[in-house]
Order: sequence, then C-alpha cells, then structure tokens
Amino acid sequence: MNLGLSDEQQFLRDAAADAFSRVKTVEAAREAIEDDSALPDMWPTAAEAGWLGLLVSEENGGAGLGAYDAMLIAQEAGKVLAGVPLLGALPASMLLDLGGSDKTEAVAAGELKAAWLPACPPSSIEPRWTVDPVEGMARPDAPAASVDADSVTFTGTVGWAPDAGEAELLVVIGVDSSGNPVAGAVEAGASGVTVNADWRYDATRRLASVTLDGASGAKLDLDAEQIARAYYLVQALIAAESVGTMETALEVCLDYAKERYTFGRAIGSYQAIKHGIVEILRRLENSKSLCIYAGFAFSDKPDEIAYASSCARSVAGGGLDFTARQQIAVHGGIGATWEHDAPLTFRRAQLNRRLVGGHGSSTDRVADELLNGRGPVVSVG
Amino acid sequence: MDLNDTPEQAEYRTEIRAWLDANKASAPILEGQGALTDPDEILAAHRAWQGKLAEGGLAGATWPKEYGGQGIGPVESVVISQEMQQAGVPGILDVIGVGMLGPTIIAHGTEEQKQRYLGPMLHGDEIWCQMFSEPAAGSDLAAVQTRAKHNDDGTWTLNGQKVWTTNAQFASYGLILARTNPDIPKHKGMTMFIVPMDAKGITVRGLRQISGEAEFNEVFFDDVVVDGDSVVGGEENGWGTGLTTLMFERLTIGLGSSAFGYRATRFAEAIAADPTAANDHEVRHNFGELAAELEAIRWTGYRSISALQDGQIPGPEFGLAKVTTVNCAVRAGDLIADIVGPEALDEDSEWAYMISFLPGLKSAGGTEEILRNTIGERVLGLPPEPRLDKGIPFSELRAKEKEGAPA
Repeated sequence: MNLGLSDEQQFLRDAAADAFSRVKTVEAAREAIEDDSALPDMWPTAAEAGWLGLLVSEENGGAGLGAYDAMLIAQEAGKVLAGVPLLGALPASMLLDLGGSDKTEAVAAGELKAAWLPACPPSSIEPRWTVDPVEGMARPDAPAASVDADSVTFTGTVGWAPDAGEAELLVVIGVDSSGNPVAGAVEAGASGVTVNADWRYDATRRLASVTLDGASGAKLDLDAEQIARAYYLVQALIAAESVGTMETALEVCLDYAKERYTFGRAIGSYQAIKHGIVEILRRLENSKSLCIYAGFAFSDKPDEIAYASSCARSVAGGGLDFTARQQIAVHGGIGATWEHDAPLTFRRAQLNRRLVGGHGSSTDRVADELLNGRGPVVSVG
Repeated sequence: MDLNDTPEQAEYRTEIRAWLDANKASAPILEGQGALTDPDEILAAHRAWQGKLAEGGLAGATWPKEYGGQGIGPVESVVISQEMQQAGVPGILDVIGVGMLGPTIIAHGTEEQKQRYLGPMLHGDEIWCQMFSEPAAGSDLAAVQTRAKHNDDGTWTLNGQKVWTTNAQFASYGLILARTNPDIPKHKGMTMFIVPMDAKGITVRGLRQISGEAEFNEVFFDDVVVDGDSVVGGEENGWGTGLTTLMFERLTIGLGSSAFGYRATRFAEAIAADPTAANDHEVRHNFGELAAELEAIRWTGYRSISALQDGQIPGPEFGLAKVTTVNCAVRAGDLIADIVGPEALDEDSEWAYMISFLPGLKSAGGTEEILRNTIGERVLGLPPEPRLDKGIPFSELRAKEKEGAPA
C-alpha cells in the first residue's frame, strides 16, 4: 500500500505553488472585491503551466494525467485563493478530448479558452439532469437539446458557471426529448448565446450565467457516464481546493493563538480556542483522506467515482464552512474586518456552499449511493 | 497511488489466509447467529481459540521471536487483522495483555518476569488486566492514590481502588500502578507491580454499564501483599513504564479496531429497509453527513498503514479518527432509533447495545476533551493549560485540594 505522492506529483504540486507565488493572489482577492480589474488574468498562468491540457490525452496534445493530479493543483490554488481557471476549464477539456472534438488541441495548448456548463446527474430522488438555478431553490432541467447529425442545438439557462465569462468555447450539457444527456461544443459568440459574466461575493471566482436560445454547436461523442464524470471531477476539485484553503486558515489560526495574550495567557492555551482549532484539523484530515479516495476512484474504481467524490465534497465543504467561521472566532472582532484576510476565506466558503450543485447536494448523493447499494466495495490484498 | 500489497506482504497474506482456511472451523462463534451464550462456555472457547492463534503465529505476532512472537512489523500485523476480519473469525481474548501489557513487560521487565509470564499470556492460559485508572485518576492518571508500602522483608503491601478494569473477573494477573512515595511530585512517586489476582485482600466487583452488562470492574485492594520481585521497570519509575503501556494502547486501539465495526454500509441497510425513511430528505441528509465522515476514517486507516510502511509514525489524523468514529456512530444510533422506534431499544435489537455502549466509549482510552488537548499541544504546538500541580509533592497537593485552596 502506498498513498504517498510520486516524484512527478510532488513536482507538479511544487510547480503550482511556485506559479502562484509569483502572483499576489491574496492581495488581488481583496482588491478585486471593489475593483474587478484588480484580479489578475490567470488563464495565461494556467496555459503556461500546462494545466489546461492536464487531463487531455497525449495524442491530443495534453499531458494525459489524472484527476488526482488536477486536485493537487486545485489544493495549491485553494491555499492562496488563486482565481485560476480550473473548475470550468478542466472538465471542458476532459469532455472535448473524450468526445473527439477537433478543438481539443487548441484548448489543451491554451489557445482557445473553454468552459463547461455544469449539469448535475440524476439521483433516485431527483431523477433528471438539472442545472444550477440563477435564482431560488428549484433546479431547472438541463437545457433542451435537439440533435441533427453532428450538430446539436440547445435551449435553456445555466446559472453560475465557473470560468464561463471568459470562455470562447462552451461545453454544454443538455437533455434530448427522452431525457438522455447530450453534450455539445458551442462557440461563446454563436447566435443564441447570452453570457452574463458576474463576480459574486468571492471576487476570485469568475462566474457566468449562460442562456442558450437555439444555440448550435458540434455534438460531442459522449455517453452518460462520461458526461457525469465531469460533474464528479469538479466535486473532487472543489474538495481539494477547500483542503488548501483550510490548510492556510489553520496555520493563520495557530500563529495568532500562540502570540495573542489575554488575562496573561496565550489564547491558544484556553481549551475553548484549542478545541476549536483541533476541530479544524479533524475536518481537514478527514477531507484529505477523502480526496485520496476520490483520486483513487478516478484512477482505479470508476464505479465509486460518484460516491467518493461526493464524500470528499461533502466533508471538505462542511470543513471549509466551519474553518471560515472558526478563523473569525479565533481572531475575535478583527477577524470580521478587512484588517484581516479571514473575510476572504469566509467569502470563498460562502460562495462554495452554493457552487456547482452546492455541497449539500453532494451530501445527499452520498446517502443516495449507499441506500441504493452503490457504496464502496472493500477488498484487501 | 496503490492499495495493493508489496510482494512480501502478498506472500505473508497468502500464508495467513492458508492458515485461517485450515483452522477457521474451530473458531468460536461469539456474535450473530448461532453465537454461544453461556459466559463460561464463551470464556473457555475464546481462550482455546487464542491458544490456537498463538500456535499458528497469529497472536502477538509483533512480539520478538524469543518470547513467542514472530517479530513482524505493524503493517504485517494489519494484514493479520484484515484477514481475520475477512475470514469472520474472532480475534484473541486477551487484547489488553498481548497488545499492551506483554509489550510493557518485554520493554521494562526482568528476564525472570519475561520467562515466567509471557508464554502463558500469549497462549491465553493466563489472562491479564490493566489496573491504572482510579475513581480520582482518569484523565489525570498521575493522580493515582493506591498506596504500595515497602515492608521490612522486601515485600510490598497494596491498599486502594482501581476502576474500568476489563477482564479482572477472570484474570490471573494484573499490572498495577501504585504510589510508593507521596512526598515527591506526583509523576515521580509511582511504581508498577505485577499482582496475582487471586491474592488475599483483592475484591473484584462488576461495574454495570448503561446496557446492563458489566464489561468493566472495580478492584479493591485491602492489605494485599506482593513479592519484592514483582516490581516492573524499577522503583519510582512507574510513570515511565505506564507510558509504554499507553503507547501500545493507542496502537492497539488504532490498528485493531477498524472503526469498531461502525461502517456506513451497515447503517445504510437499516435505513434502506424502511422505504419512508429511505426517501425522507432529512434522514438522507443526516445520514449522508455521517456516512461521508465514516468513509474518511476508512481512508485515514489506509493513510496510516501507508505511513507505517514508509517508516513514518502515523500523523495526527490517527488520534482524531476515534473522535470522528464515535460521534458519527452516536448520530447513526439516534437516526436509526428514530426510524425503527422503540423496537431499536429492545434488548435483542442489534442497535440497543451500540446505543448504550457509545456514551462510555466517548471517554474510553482518554476523554474526547483530553484527546483534543493532547493533539492541540503535542501536534499543533499550542500552549498548555496552566497547571497548579507541577513540582509539588503529592502529599501536599492532596492537602491543598482538600482545603479547596489554590496551590
């Protein structure tokens, strides 16, 4: 048994940390709350590092790496709240590659920006493909899709898609008249496409709500399982990113709890503070374990991808939520002001709760998989 | 990332599996259908099974060969427990002796003690119990008050009370932590002894838990005399000797328990059996949360094994796994009792025992609060809570506590 990182993975992670260290991502996250233009464009960073082709097969110009490798980059991005295109860009590149798109090489090379419009696979209590609503709780059906030979036409609206505001190519998931999922690559400038780019609350997340009104593009040759895999990939990426953000917050809390004194004692000596910080550690370690599981499911146990990635998102999502609030509690009032970076973590956590299905829906899917007998198959040896 | 065995581990696993295939028919059934019910019968059968496992090299396998073990590493010992679990056979009877007290004697005992006690312990011929905790010394274990006085003829006389003593009702021997010098600070004035449990003056009384069963005992000592050569690890070195036991306790609980059998899939079956519950959003959400955390514990276990294999000490995730497991199981018990109704609390229900057992498990092997202190201080480097007992002779400390005055 070996769950450690390979030399290549360590290199990939260190290179990511290095790339982010050259951009003042945290400062930018703060400035961008008031001024969008302060946020550095990190598409070139991702292109230069080769991340946009990370999950693309080597024959199509990519690195042919796996989900766990991508998660390592997401974790580093999460540590410094880097607004790098991953959550929309990586699943798009993966689906274009698997679906045989002639645009794949350009996307992998960073010459063409592509983003996936999230579509959530059915479950036993929500037995249809849905998308995030622009407003409210009711989840709309995925866009209606009609296929004509190699092309497909979509009609519908998808709320809050990461990276879609800057994308030139949209990987759209719709459903045909029988309710089966269909994927297509639609030019962002095609007729019938309206992209409402928006920054909401967490300035490091570039989001867009996209309306498709009879917008056509090339059909991608993908089955339901492959289309669903993109959704679970993003659940795992959000989990990994949350792990990184929790790691930084833990360090920040520890430093402060050791140096801040009240009533003649470092506040970290009080059990109320100490136990709260240990709770961050507990949730962080559980999240790390589940990220390993999710990565392993993508490489070795495809039947457990839905379960493992949902477990990871559920626990890491709840963990980040807790951590963001605990970080403020440890710092007292100042933690809730712009004098400190804690509000940036909090903004990240708040938006994350609701992003790409929301982490509550991952929790529900964990139950759904288990109650339908699709839990883990445990074997040893 | 690789969950597979190394070639050496695979070979070892094959050997273990072959032995179990050949011998599992003689394993006693202790749980579920066809389980033995008579306590004496259970004890005899479990004892015999431990003897069999010892002969096969599956009991105490991490012990050195010269004392009857196999001298294997922690990863191989995990292979043994995995294979035993897979084969559906019970483990050894004397987990405390073989897992914790034996290794303490191996580390600190005299050669005579090792030759006399280790063999019968390993084979289950003599069961052992651990007598550390007292009514007023739990989380603060160094506060033990059981007194051992040195007599002129070299023997020692013990007086006091121990508690939470598993297996004391049928143990042949016990390892006891007692105060031999109250006039020096509390961590320094203790000594460890081996006590024959049939010695005159020992009274064992079952301590009934919420479930009604008595898995623990109180043990009373009234002028119990033990020989001079029963000291383990030297006079006034009881704390150091005891720390070895506690280190093995953590390892035994951590590696051997596999989340105490509290698995998400097991709870899922109970919920899925009730269609209303299985379709209830609140039930599903509640279950999803606890199931995902339990799943994390399975992978934390794999991480620990992977770290051990790399020659590293498993990290902090190890100690917190128990907190996660117990709290998730508590939630699962409540959830299932809500679904099943009072039937879940029936004596014959598989859930009643779990529900009754968990509140105590929260404190077993150290309370959750003490565990969080330890991890906060030792792992995260947070400053300790100020202490009022440092450097003060134990006898004065007791007097101050009685006055209620700050030390």
